[in-house]
Amino acid sequence: MPDTADRELTFAQAIREALAEEMRRDATVCIMGEDVAEAGTPFKVLSGLVEEFGKDRVLDTPISEAGFTGLAVGAAMTGLRPVVDIMFGDFITLTMDQMVNQAAKVHYMSGGKWKVPMVMRTTLGATRRSAAQHSQSLHAWFCHVPGLKVVMPSTPFDAKGLLKSAIRDENPVVFFEDKMMYKLKGSVPAEEYTIPLGVADVKRVGEDITLVATSSMVQVALGAAALLAEIGISAEVVDPRTMWPLDEKTLIESVKKTSRAIVLDEGYERYGVTAELASVIAAGAFYNLDAPVKRMGAMHVPIPFSPPLEDVTVPTDQTVFEAARTLCGRA
Amino acid sequence: MTTATQSPQTSEKVDLWLRMYRQMLAIRLFETQVNELYTRALMPGLAHLYIGEEAVAVGICETLNRNDYITSTHRGHGHCLAKGASPDRMFAELLGKETGYCKGKGGSMHIADPATGNLGANAIVCGSAGIATGAAFSSQRLGTGQVAVCFFGEGALGQGVLYEVMNLAQLFKLPVIYVCENNLYTEYTHYSETTAGDILTRATAFGLEAAAVDGQDVRAVHSIAQKLVARARKGDGPAFLLCNTYRYHGHHVGDINREYYRSKQEEQTWKTERDPILNLRKFLLEQKLADDATLEAWNDELETEMKTAMEFAIAAPYPNIDKVEQDVYA
Repeated sequence: MPDTADRELTFAQAIREALAEEMRRDATVCIMGEDVAEAGTPFKVLSGLVEEFGKDRVLDTPISEAGFTGLAVGAAMTGLRPVVDIMFGDFITLTMDQMVNQAAKVHYMSGGKWKVPMVMRTTLGATRRSAAQHSQSLHAWFCHVPGLKVVMPSTPFDAKGLLKSAIRDENPVVFFEDKMMYKLKGSVPAEEYTIPLGVADVKRVGEDITLVATSSMVQVALGAAALLAEIGISAEVVDPRTMWPLDEKTLIESVKKTSRAIVLDEGYERYGVTAELASVIAAGAFYNLDAPVKRMGAMHVPIPFSPPLEDVTVPTDQTVFEAARTLCGRA
Repeated sequence: MTTATQSPQTSEKVDLWLRMYRQMLAIRLFETQVNELYTRALMPGLAHLYIGEEAVAVGICETLNRNDYITSTHRGHGHCLAKGASPDRMFAELLGKETGYCKGKGGSMHIADPATGNLGANAIVCGSAGIATGAAFSSQRLGTGQVAVCFFGEGALGQGVLYEVMNLAQLFKLPVIYVCENNLYTEYTHYSETTAGDILTRATAFGLEAAAVDGQDVRAVHSIAQKLVARARKGDGPAFLLCNTYRYHGHHVGDINREYYRSKQEEQTWKTERDPILNLRKFLLEQKLADDATLEAWNDELETEMKTAMEFAIAAPYPNIDKVEQDVYA
């Protein structure tokens, strides 16, 4: 491997690099959204792209999430590969008809004749003191809809490889980025690579308990695993990386080995991703389980503004550590 | 059919009128058979008939190339046929058969056909406004010269996304025509009860070229559409065309007793005085551009064609149930 294998990028840089590479590779890839051009989004994820690709391919739109998402659906059907930027995940509510009734169904309703190769990039995650309308993790909504794929990267390496695959995919893909993670650094090789959708990744190997974690919760799970190691509990951290397609096998195999599982996701627990993953594990590893699968997600409340209130709404290294210790009978 | 004394241009026009007459008639006879299918309980679900509004679809689609795009609505059979769809595969789709345009997975409200530029009929009111605008965006970015026509009923005027995409279309100067078919009734409610202010100024406020036309006069629809399409095609931007028309049947085939929202006399007046097919026929006969026998023969011919197409669909097989999970993902 060349020296560049040790290159470090932030999560935001990895996203930007994936977009730049795909835009160089394929002239039909374009970006549209609010303040995506010169501003490079409020998170500066797209800084520099308009300078290289011009305003014809990095398009600032009005604040019309439904309008430009709908436009992207039509553009994707007719020869382009739009990457739509929805600034905050909370704003997906405004795009729901375009994504759920249009993008997700066009291929099926047309008997496979039209396809919608588009990507929607958006964010999730609380604890940024942004209150109830800028802090939600609503990815479960899209996971529920046949026809959509849902990607939730947790490292710069995964973000780059998965985004490149998402852009090349022939289907509408929703790509959730944890806004607290944009500055997270990680190793990203300079060489071209992609990561297929539907392949989980074991982020830490362990023996005693499996922590299945998505997106923002992967770092939390790794933090908890470090704390658990100090008291002699070996935790395995499995990151599904994509909610759909879902790599059920890797999840089940891990739990068959460890016999205990906690599922972590920053969305709401009720009727959410943790419920689905726990069900997959319970069905697939039933005879190996020594304890019921535990779920940890956001509390069932709108995300509050006040810092001490907000902080208790989502799992932390410490709360996961304690839950795991209890599950392992070491409380 | 044209006489030797006419100029070539006039003869071209006469051919166009005759073609449009035949196409309108085809749509009406198709829809008549659809009603028949429903009445005979052969059709699963419902259908929203286009009878009475034929001049809009025909007048506009006649100005389009085969590869130009359209999006349609729940009341979409007329648009699909006018854009070139075959009646037999349309009927098959309406009956949920394997040989239908969408392998039976779409049905009456979702007919789509890439071969004729049909991006799909849409059962969400105003649901395809974004798609049509996006197709125009692709056409512009890829330099293909295609125009997109977005058909919708006046009920869609209540949807915010229409105004979002008209704003986008004008900002990007996209080759898209928004065609509002005002058939007076938003389902079971007169449009005046749901539509404040003026319709055309909603489009002109965004800077769109906007016009209104008698949607029962296919020659007038064609004439204005030709201008708007040519304008869009050469890069002068989007337009909005308001077509004033009338829905002869109910909101759908099951909407039989309609007197609580409109009178039988009103329906009768439109049918006898403002029918797009009768009026064009009258014009063609008066001008001696066609003879009664020929037009009658067309009627019989098309009636037979529609019956044959319907029988093809009735006899066609349903999709095998193992196809249910196919086409969810590309």
